[in-house]
This record gives sequence, structure tokens and C-alpha cells, in this order.
Amino acid sequence: MNAAVPAPRKLRLATTSLAGCFGCHMSFLDIDERLLDLVDLIEFDRSPLTDIKHCGPCDIGLIEGGLCNAENIHVLREFRRNCKVLIAMGACAVNGGLPAQRNHIDLGQCLQEVYLTQPGLVGGQVPNDPELPLPLDKVHPIHEVVRIDYFIPGCPPSGDAIWKFLTDLLKGRTPRLGHPLLHFD
Amino acid sequence: MKQQTLLFDGLPVPFEEGQTIMEAAMAADIFIPHLCHHPEFKPQGSCKLCTVKASGRYVSACTMPAKDGMEVENNSPDLNDKRRTMLQMLFVEGNHFCPSCEKSGNCMLQALAYELEMLTPHFPQFFPNRPVDASHPEVLLDFNRCILCELCVRASRDVDGKHVFALSGRGLKKHLIVNSESGRLGDTDFSMADKAAHVCPVGVILEKRKGFAMPIGKRRYDVDPIGMQVERLANRSASEEEV
Amino acid sequence: MIPARWISAPVGTSRWRTAGGAAKLKEKPAIAVVVGEPVVSEKILASGQFDELLRPILDRYCRDAGLLVEILRETQNVLGYLPAGALTVIAKAVGTPRARVEGVAGFYSFFHLEPVGRYRVLFSDNITDRMLGSAELLDRLCNKLWVERGKVSEDGLVSVDTTSCTGMCDQGPALLVNGRAMTRMSAERIGRIGELIRAQVPMSEWPNEYFLVEDNIRRRDTLLNSNWQEGEALKAAIARGAEGMLAEMKLSNLRGRGGAGFTTHIKWESARRAAVHGERSARYVVCNADEGEPGTFKDRVLLTSYADLLFDGMSVAGFTIGATKGLLYLRGEYAYLLPQLEENLRNRRADGLLGNAVCGVAGLTFDIEIRLGAGAYVCGEETALLESLEGKRGVPRIRPPFPVTAGYLGQPTVVNNVETLCKAALIAVKGGAWFAGLGTKQSTGTKLLSISGDVEVPGIYEYPFGVSVEQVLNDCGAGNAQAVQISGPSGICLATHEFSRRIAFEDVPTAGAFMVFGAHRDMFEVARNFAHFFAHESCGFCTPCRVGTSLVANCMDKIGNGQGSPYEINEIFKIHRLLHVASHCGLGQAACNALFDTLHKFRPAYERRLRSLDFEPAFDLDEALAGARRMTGRDDPGAHFGLAARVSGGDA
Repeated sequence: MNAAVPAPRKLRLATTSLAGCFGCHMSFLDIDERLLDLVDLIEFDRSPLTDIKHCGPCDIGLIEGGLCNAENIHVLREFRRNCKVLIAMGACAVNGGLPAQRNHIDLGQCLQEVYLTQPGLVGGQVPNDPELPLPLDKVHPIHEVVRIDYFIPGCPPSGDAIWKFLTDLLKGRTPRLGHPLLHFD
Repeated sequence: MKQQTLLFDGLPVPFEEGQTIMEAAMAADIFIPHLCHHPEFKPQGSCKLCTVKASGRYVSACTMPAKDGMEVENNSPDLNDKRRTMLQMLFVEGNHFCPSCEKSGNCMLQALAYELEMLTPHFPQFFPNRPVDASHPEVLLDFNRCILCELCVRASRDVDGKHVFALSGRGLKKHLIVNSESGRLGDTDFSMADKAAHVCPVGVILEKRKGFAMPIGKRRYDVDPIGMQVERLANRSASEEEV
Repeated sequence: MIPARWISAPVGTSRWRTAGGAAKLKEKPAIAVVVGEPVVSEKILASGQFDELLRPILDRYCRDAGLLVEILRETQNVLGYLPAGALTVIAKAVGTPRARVEGVAGFYSFFHLEPVGRYRVLFSDNITDRMLGSAELLDRLCNKLWVERGKVSEDGLVSVDTTSCTGMCDQGPALLVNGRAMTRMSAERIGRIGELIRAQVPMSEWPNEYFLVEDNIRRRDTLLNSNWQEGEALKAAIARGAEGMLAEMKLSNLRGRGGAGFTTHIKWESARRAAVHGERSARYVVCNADEGEPGTFKDRVLLTSYADLLFDGMSVAGFTIGATKGLLYLRGEYAYLLPQLEENLRNRRADGLLGNAVCGVAGLTFDIEIRLGAGAYVCGEETALLESLEGKRGVPRIRPPFPVTAGYLGQPTVVNNVETLCKAALIAVKGGAWFAGLGTKQSTGTKLLSISGDVEVPGIYEYPFGVSVEQVLNDCGAGNAQAVQISGPSGICLATHEFSRRIAFEDVPTAGAFMVFGAHRDMFEVARNFAHFFAHESCGFCTPCRVGTSLVANCMDKIGNGQGSPYEINEIFKIHRLLHVASHCGLGQAACNALFDTLHKFRPAYERRLRSLDFEPAFDLDEALAGARRMTGRDDPGAHFGLAARVSGGDA
């Protein structure tokens, strides 16, 4: 019996940053020269590395950042529709992270203070251009809105952690991050 | 007299009369996840992380007396799965944002999450509103991270003789309170010299002007996973918890 | 209809509420009635000068920290709520850290740390009350009084909210006004109550019939048919001797009627053999009358009309185990029974049945004290009850040790249910063999069932153990039942194909609740009601129950609001599996029972509410934008999720 796994076709990978700081993407780049190994195995769909504006059918979607506005949710849902496997990458995607620290402040008060009552502000107005996505009343982690298959915690997860995770995934192993790759900060 | 033993995942472990399952395990360098247990204080049995299966029943290892011949299941997928779920419950119940927490790297909750490979809080976040109390000159209280283990309550009551901390409320509204009419720590007789100032396993009771002293990579649970630190955990005195 | 044997005493007889208030208190009642309007003015409250005001209360309870729950209750009766300054005064007086006093006050749902309305209306929120229209009546009252549910009206006059089952399921919808039980609410009565509140009519002048609580005994067997004389059982037990009485108990094979079904004689024997210790060495008998399981009200009837039998039973237990004191822990909802129970105890003392030299036997001392709960279902768990009796938060203790060796104040204590003790009294008179001849081999004797819901004749039914559910349903007139919830939310839900099962410890055990649901009822809403009950009543001690019960309640709301998916159903199962084994006490272990049962037996009731078969967001996306819409004034399709966004080509 031939148990060898056939050489896989290149997998298509999309990435995006929602309510995040692109720190996880920077960390992704920290896999350094291993990127060259990676591009032997994958090709990029939507990602800061390409100029693709909308995610097409993909094998893997990598999401950085949580959900702080309507657009975040639209993008996330587009990824979910198109990606066979969706991964929450980094603290903000996993639990809301830093942006979620605003959750104990009432959104109305928050907008009021920023745009209307802040000292030194004259004739301010809460922006109402339909082009702008409306903020959600609270920032949420992405698993609260779509089904997420895998999670890579960390703020950001290290390049090594991302590499370990992706190579596990690409080689058909359930990804595992042991000590010291698994960390929340 | 014949040495009494219990079987720990099949491994015979001797114990002394009167020891709990937790104490027997710790003495034998076997790790049972726990948060509210501390060798210096009366067992409490509330966090339930130390749930094991003893003679076929789920029990808290920290409160259940060891019995000769008892078979204890500890490091099994079933138990670790349940423990991970309870950790996730603790994470969504409060506001645990590790990157901005002074206790990160030295936090037992976080270390256990690593140990049990908790990658996501899983449940919807409750995002409770819990204002911090910065009224004390030496200490900041950040209730966002409280896991209601009552170690500070026990330390202040049993060791310091001050009763600075207590619990109020019920159910999900249960919360830590301090012993003053204003509800502020600054109006109590709490001091950094108290044992209660050094027992918090998470980042609630923090000494002011002392955060982030240890670089990432050198902190307690950066060095070794908590499961490899049984001896330290068994021998810790409260002051060691301080970092 | 069987007329009530006791018609509510007019409210306002307590000296607390008469002019002059606490300061004029001369006679010391054993315990003050819980109900009534507070007597102090806003000015006094604002002044924060509570020492003088609270002195009589603190004196009456001897500044005993063990009586903290009673002290807090009486303080609240006077002040209307428990202001921070009052807690400080109390803490100082009883010599307990203030934080501990606040912790106790914060535990019980009938204690308020913030100002509440001068009239506090709490609708009983059991599913049976709901089925009788309580939710609509609550809305009606709120509308009439211009008050939002759960908030105090702007003038501080009134607050309207819900509370856990008040034990009036056979005569609901029920409510509590300032702690006072009221029954058979209707649109007409609610309208009238709204007027009485608005006109600030003292509750003593409200129509007496509103407070009428009937026994509704429908089927009598050996207990309810028994003829006994006050003290007869105690005298019989004394004649048998303690060891003789224990032997009869053993012969009877009586098992606890509170639900768990532990063999009573083992408890009694263990407590009798257990060593007392310390300076205040003693043994105690505690009667658990914290009948909080929704749908249960049989203890209410026993306390109302069979109190003599109960007190005899407590005395028999006291004599048998060598206890000198009995404590009756009465749930706060039944505070209206207090005056007559106290009077009964006074009569027993006068008749030589309580006190020193009981029944003329030199050296035989036994007395009974009544304590009131303050709204905490968990206190029905025996060790939580003991904590509450000791003036603490009602958190279940770690066991072992068990109460029989280390119970009240650390002394050997027997904790028995009201019905168990009544049966023990009968056994003293008629013997264990007689009792063992009733019921089944493993479940001897009879059982009182509290029947409510979709039946023609709700009330109390006494049957020998072994009776089939079908038989009971026939007797109470439940023609179209699709389900029966037996033993309350923590019990078991039986569907029609199981109606041949029998009420017995070896088949369907029960603490007595028997709630019937007709074919037209939505079993999802039944389970949802129970899920919220447990989330509200979880004491919060252990992680799985504290967080898990709220997570489950949220899952049920999500499904109920049409936002659910099979994901939530799987979550409920997962949380159930955890809570069932890892919770500290029976509350958490049983918290998902009804959901588990209904998910198996009435699954379509869940499924038809699901929005999709995959996954739905944890929160309402469109609602999450409402705040931003308000602030920006936007209402364009991009400012919405859902239909509006979809029409405009959005991808929501």
C-alpha cells in the first residue's frame, strides 16, 4: 500500500487586518527567509502583499484584529464565505484585544467626547458620511460572529509560532503550539 | 504500619494520613491544575480546576482526603477538556487582556491556559464593567482580572488578621469588596506588608510603580511551564507569589 | 374548595410600623414580621445617623453575629434598604468586619444595598405563574404605575420586578409586596393594587382576600388524614426511649422527603453517636422549610395546618438524637406564616412540650427557634442552610464533614425536610412496621405532591409511593398533558410515553413538585424559564455553576429570540456535561437537567426557533449599530445589518 501523501497543489492563502494594528502581519513577516519556503507551498489571495481587494475562493484565511465596526464584519463574512479554513491570528482576533478595552465606555459618550465636547473643539460634528463604516457599540472577537477553525493567540504571536502553525497545517497535522510558542502577550 | 498509597493515573503514590489528593500529588511531584489552592491556606475548592476522578467520581483534589487504594484519574483528555472549559469560563467572565497586564508571564491563570493549551476563550465575552481602585498609595486593585479564588480574603483574614477583603453579590454578580464604607482600598488598613498583598495568583492586587520589572522571556512561566513547577508550587510561601 | 384554616393576619400589627417606630418598641417579639412600609424619613436616611435607630434591633439580637441575617432584615424593615452607613453600624455592633456584613447583605436577593421603592412588588416568576399570565400582569402594573421593570420610580414610591417561585403555584399568579405573599392575581386585582400604591394606602388597609392563602388539599392519605394530639408523638417517642425510637425509624426505612432521599435513621443515628465538642457543645435538629424548588408548596401547607405535627416531629428528632435545640429555617417568602408558628410554639411551651423538663421528664430540654431566609434558593441545600443560620453567605460547605458530625456551629446536626419530620412524628405514634407497610419496599410511606400547571384541580395530593404518573394525572384532571416536570427544574421532565412510570426513589424520585404542561404549551419556554432560574440562584461559589448557568441562560435567550443555531444546542449539552460533574453542589449539577430532558424529548420546540443550521453571531449585529446610528443620524443601508443592507447589495 502506498501511504505517501501526494504532492499537494499550492494552497491559496488570504490575510487581512480588521480592528488590529498590523502587528500580527509584521510578525508574519518575521518568519523571514522562511517566506521563500512558504511561497513554494502557498500563493497569496487578498493580503497586504497583493493588490487584491476582495477575498476569492481560498484554502486558508488568516484574520488579524477584532470587530469594531460594520466593515470589519462585512470583510470577516466575506472571508468566511471564501475560506475553507479560517484562522484567528493574535489577541485582538481571539478576544477583542486592545480595542476591546473601550467596551466599558458607552459608545455615545465616547463619540460625543471625541467629536463634540473635547476641550479646544469648536463646531464639531460626529462624522456621518455613508462611506464611513459605523462603529459597533462594543468590540468583539471574531469567533462571536463567524465560525473560526483555528486560533493563534499572542500580541503578536511570534514569527516562529506562525511558522510552526502554518507548517503543521500545510503538512496535514493539527497545528499545536507548545511552550514557549503559545503565549497571550 | 503499611504505607498508604493511591494510584495516580496508574502510578502508585504514597501519602500520609490526613493528606488531600492535592497534597499527595504535590508531594510526589505530580501536577494537578489549580488556582484557588495554596499550600499555606485552608482548602477552598471553588475554582474546580483541580477536578479529578477519584474512585469513579469527579471530586476536587484540593478538598478530597486521600484514601488507601484510591484510583485517581488526573491527566486525561476528559479532565483536561473540562478544565480548559472552566478556564475559558474564567476568561470570558472577567476582562483578561494579557498584553497590558503587569502580571503577564507570572500569572497562574495564564500559565494554566498555556498548560492546557487554551487557544481561545471560546464563549462570548461578558465584558463586565469593573472600575479599578487606585485609592491606595501603594497598591492598585484591578478587579477586571479577579477570578474569585478568595486567596486574598483568606490571607487577610487568617494571616494578617485584618479582613481587608470579602466577597459580595451572588452568581455572576459575585465580586470582591474591601473593608471600608467608601468601598475604597485607600480607606482600609491594607498595607504592602500584608500577606494578602502577595497572594493574588492573577493581576488584581498590584504594587504601584513596580510593573513589568522582568523582561519577556525571563518571567516565571516563560522559563518553565507551570506543570514543571510543582515543587515550587508545593513549597511556596505567600511572599513568593510576588514578582 | 377547602377553606383556608388560617386567614392572613392583618398587616401592620407589628410595632415596627406604628407611629414612633423602633424607638417605642417595648415588648420584644421573638422575631419581627418581615413586611411593611419602612418607617423612617428621608431626612434620617440622609443624615446617616443610624446608631440610635438600630440600637433596639441590635439589642434584641444580642449583637450576635450569628443572627446577622435577622439583624439585616429588621434593619431593612426600618430603613427601607441597607445603606452603607447602617452596615458599618451593624458591623461594629456585632464585632464583625464590615466587609463580611456587606458580603452577607449582598448575597440574599431580598436585601437591598441601594434604595428601593416604598412599595416593592415582586412577581413570582415560576413557569406556572407565567402560564397564568404573570408577565402580562407585570407589564400592566408597570404601565399603570409609570415605572420600568427593575427600576425604582422617580418619586421613590414603587419598584416592580420578578422573584423566584414564591410557592403559590396552586393559586397563582402570585406576588410579594414588601415581602408579603399575595395570590390569585388578575387584571382587576392588579389594577386595584396599582391604585392602592398610587394612593399610598398602607398595606394593612388592603383587601384581606388578596392575602388569602388556601391549603387546597385534594387527596389525603395517612399523613393528611391522621388525627393526632399536640405532643402525642413526642410522648410516644419518650415512652419508646431514644434507642427504641431509633429502632422504629430503622424499621420504617423512612427516606428524606426533600429530594435526595437519604435514609433518615442513618442521619439520626450518626448525629446521636457523633461527639459534641467545645464550650457550646450541643446537638441540633434543623428543619429545612426553605421550600424554594419552583413548583413545590407542600411544606407551606404542612406549616399552615400541620405545624403541631411538624413541631412534634422536631421534638421527636431532638429527643432521639439528644439535641437541646431545634431550628426551623423558614423561607422568607413564607414570612406571613411566622405569627401563627410563633404562637404555636408559645402554646407548646405553655403546655410543657418545649423548654425544660419536656413532658415532665426531668433533664429533658428542647426548644425550637424560627429563623427566616431572605431569598436564596441555594439555602435549601442543607449546608448552605447551616451557613445562613450562622449569619453567613449561603454557600454550600465542603463535605465531608457532613452535618451529622459537624453541622450548625460545628456540632452534630440533623437537617430534615418538613415532610420528613411530620412522618417521623407519625412513626413515633404508630411504629416503624406500620410505616414500612405503606408505599414500596425501597420507598416506604406516602409522598405529598404539589400539583400545578395545566390541571383542573391544582393543590396537594398525598399518595403512597409507587403511584403511577398516569394515575396522578387522572386524579388532578390533566387531560391533555404533554409533559410533567417532576421535582422542579432540578428534577426530571417526563413525556407522555413515560407516564406509566412510578413516583418512587427507585423510579422517579421527587421532592414533591409536579408541574403539568398541556399539549398547547411551549416546552422551550419552560426550559428557558428554568435556565434563568438557575442563573439567578447560583451562589457563584464554583466556576462551572457561576459562569455556566449564565452562559446557558444566554444560549436559551439567543435561541428564543430567533438568533440561534445548532451551535447553541451543542453548547448547552457541553455545559451540561461539565456542570453535572464538576459543580460544587446539587444546584449546579442539576441546573441543566430540564434543558437536557427537553432537548431530548421536545427537540422540535428548539429547532423551530433556529435561524440557521450553521452558526449565528453571538449578538444582534444590527442592534450593535443602533448607538452609532443615533449619534450620526444615519439610516442608510450601510448603517444596517440585515434586510436593509441586503437589499442595497451589502453582504450582511
